[in-house]
Amino acid sequence: MAENNVILSVQDLHTSFTTDHGEVMAVNGVTFNLNEGMTLGIVGESGSGKSVTAYSIMQILEKNGSIKSGKILFKGEDITRWPEAKMRDFRGKKCSIIFQDPMTSLNPVFTIGWQLKEAIELHTDRKGKAAEDRAIEMLKLVGVNEPEKRIHQYPFEFSGGMRQRVMIAMALACEPDILIADEPTTALDVTIQAQILELMQDLQKKMKMAIIIVTHDLGVIAQMADEIIVMYGGRVCERGTAEDIFYRPAHEYTKGLLRSIPSVDKIGQRLVPISGTPINLLNLPKGCAFCPRCDQAMKICLEQQPPETRTIDGHLSSCWKAIEEEAAAGLIDLTGPDGKPEDTSKLAEVSEKD
Amino acid sequence: MADKFTPDSQYLVQAHDMKMYFPVKTGWFHTTPLKAVDGVSFDIKPGETLGLVGESGCGKTTVGRTLLRLYKPTGGDMYFGGKRIDEKSIGGLRKDMQMVFQDPYSSLNPRMTVEDIIGEPLDVHKLYSGKKERREKILYLMELVGLNAEHATRYAHEFSGGQRQRIGIARALATNPSFIVCDEAVSALDVSIQAQVINMFEDLQKKLGVAYLFIAHDLLVVHHISNRIAVMYLGRMVETAESNELNNNPIHPYTQSLLSAVPYPDPKEAKARKRIILEGDVPSPLHMPSGCPFRTRCRYATDQCKAEMPPLTDKGGGHKVACWNR
Ligand SMILES: Nc1ncnc2c1ncn2[C@@H]1O[C@H](COP(=O)(O)OP(=O)(O)OP(=O)(O)O)[C@@H](O)[C@H]1O
Ligand SMILES: Nc1ncnc2c1ncn2[C@@H]1O[C@H](COP(=O)(O)OP(=O)(O)OP(=O)(O)O)[C@@H](O)[C@H]1O
Ligand code: SF4
Ligand SMILES: [Mg+2]
Ligand SMILES: [Mg+2]
Repeated sequence: MAENNVILSVQDLHTSFTTDHGEVMAVNGVTFNLNEGMTLGIVGESGSGKSVTAYSIMQILEKNGSIKSGKILFKGEDITRWPEAKMRDFRGKKCSIIFQDPMTSLNPVFTIGWQLKEAIELHTDRKGKAAEDRAIEMLKLVGVNEPEKRIHQYPFEFSGGMRQRVMIAMALACEPDILIADEPTTALDVTIQAQILELMQDLQKKMKMAIIIVTHDLGVIAQMADEIIVMYGGRVCERGTAEDIFYRPAHEYTKGLLRSIPSVDKIGQRLVPISGTPINLLNLPKGCAFCPRCDQAMKICLEQQPPETRTIDGHLSSCWKAIEEEAAAGLIDLTGPDGKPEDTSKLAEVSEKD
Repeated sequence: MADKFTPDSQYLVQAHDMKMYFPVKTGWFHTTPLKAVDGVSFDIKPGETLGLVGESGCGKTTVGRTLLRLYKPTGGDMYFGGKRIDEKSIGGLRKDMQMVFQDPYSSLNPRMTVEDIIGEPLDVHKLYSGKKERREKILYLMELVGLNAEHATRYAHEFSGGQRQRIGIARALATNPSFIVCDEAVSALDVSIQAQVINMFEDLQKKLGVAYLFIAHDLLVVHHISNRIAVMYLGRMVETAESNELNNNPIHPYTQSLLSAVPYPDPKEAKARKRIILEGDVPSPLHMPSGCPFRTRCRYATDQCKAEMPPLTDKGGGHKVACWNR
């Protein structure tokens, strides 16, 4: 991973929401890099803070939410310090988002065409007829038939998948540097999904666009992602190349996730979910967030948050069990970011099992 | 029409020649019927799961909604437990026929607490004797779908996509229905919770004999949960078979391309995989092609396909296909 082509760097991001019941700690120290022209996949439990991470980058959190600490560097500049006017320029022109819920992001009282045209006029130099032509062209590109007619229709007249394609058209029309796609194809059938994913990959090559794709569909992640981060309880529990995550999962949560996938050889068998209930973000555990549900949990897991360790192959994870195994196999890279050896005293504690 | 449809008592749900056309404004003075569902027939036995798959916009949701009479059908005969589903009967059938909606955002009132969302059907159908029982039932349902009890007093808008979907499932289960239309019910869930919810659907089926119409895009999931699968294309059913048979031996060219496009959860395989890419545009349901609806994108299409609509015919063992050339 060459450092110089990092386009977006999220560093120790904390985002929370104030509610009547207390502070919901949705994102608790998320760190990752996105390289120019590459695709980063984010997977993780429902409610683990994937969307909130995306909204934090765009600074479009709901009113009760805010970034508490951390940096978000876009081409080296910390955008959390940017004034709103500059952020408005960032959204759309530099970075577009495809939302998980197309219905709430399309305005029900305006036609599809009007909304697309407005977005294009706002974020590009195309105005009037040129914007409308672009809208039609984009709709065609995402597989909406007879776009000349369809632009006069309202969102409710479109199927779930068609609305999603409108959103995708809207995001891509502005040719952003970064595309954040939050479950972009969940509402689509697999043939259209394949088409849209290919379209995203094509545009990525042409425009050197970087993509962050958030999805539960591990098939989509496998196809798209160069690198993957796995989230649990508002934290990144593991990050690495797609091959690292699928073939050499390190964190117990990732292993559980991969075990839950239905497959043709498992027809007729019961699926194997991860047991237990999701964590309560109002009251985060002291140790590893996944500990209460982990079969491999040790005493230390309950007491101390596992640090992120890197193997010599650059595969990062935050799991005491993985640390133990990797340390035993001599795989942990002990050089810190500054080139000096890291504090290894923690590693010794791991062996005190319960 | 001359021949009247007679329901068969072995089935819980039957749809015969279901049609649902929407009027769409195509100009200042013009409306054109959009044939979202155009003559679809299927039946589901008690305790059985019929999977429904097909291209986005092909009419799957409309089939579910029309069956539950959330739309007034343009045509067709629909039966539930031997009773004809119509304006009059539907009120009495609602409790037994539920739906989990595709879009958890717009189907839940964001200003209601989780407790009230799940409690509403209990209130409507008066399914408890006191406050305490109501609360117990709600907490039981929440636990069933993997929601924390502490979530009960929070509002729908405070939840993530997958959490909202589970609220919708708990709500659908509240009345102990014998039939549930699951419209993309697990699509928004991560695979672990998805596995949990699918196991839960299967347990309910084993214990209580619940039947499902299971609409989903994830063919691995549909294959896992369904006894039979029906494939739709542009408002029509193009293939239906027992689920292993359909997966091992897809006959319709559309089904073949659909199966080839399934993203495989393995990076090397997913990146190397050969897909049958469909050529040509997706036709508009406003301007249906003549003959076979798939012919504009089909690599086997002949003149006959252009002239005549292929009927759904049995190729043996209940494997039915609507195609002239396969
Ligand atoms: N406006 C809000 N007020 C209070 N809590 C919120 C708010 N928005 C999100 N949350 C909480 O923050 C947590 C993270 O939510 P987020 O939407 O990021 O999850 P996610 O990982 O995207 O999940 P999914 O896969 O289900 O979409 C959730 O527990 C959610 O309940
Ligand atoms: N209320 C409505 N008014 C007009 N047209 C509609 C309406 N509801 C659906 N349609 C149209 O009917 C067709 C079928 O829509 P439907 O929502 O049933 O598709 P679907 O198979 O569920 O698709 P998806 O997989 O994208 O959810 C689409 O062309 C859609 O635009
Ligand atoms: S009937 Fe003809 S056009 Fe339709 S699927 Fe079969 S071969 Fe293709
Ligand atoms: Mg989300
Ligand atoms: Mg639908």
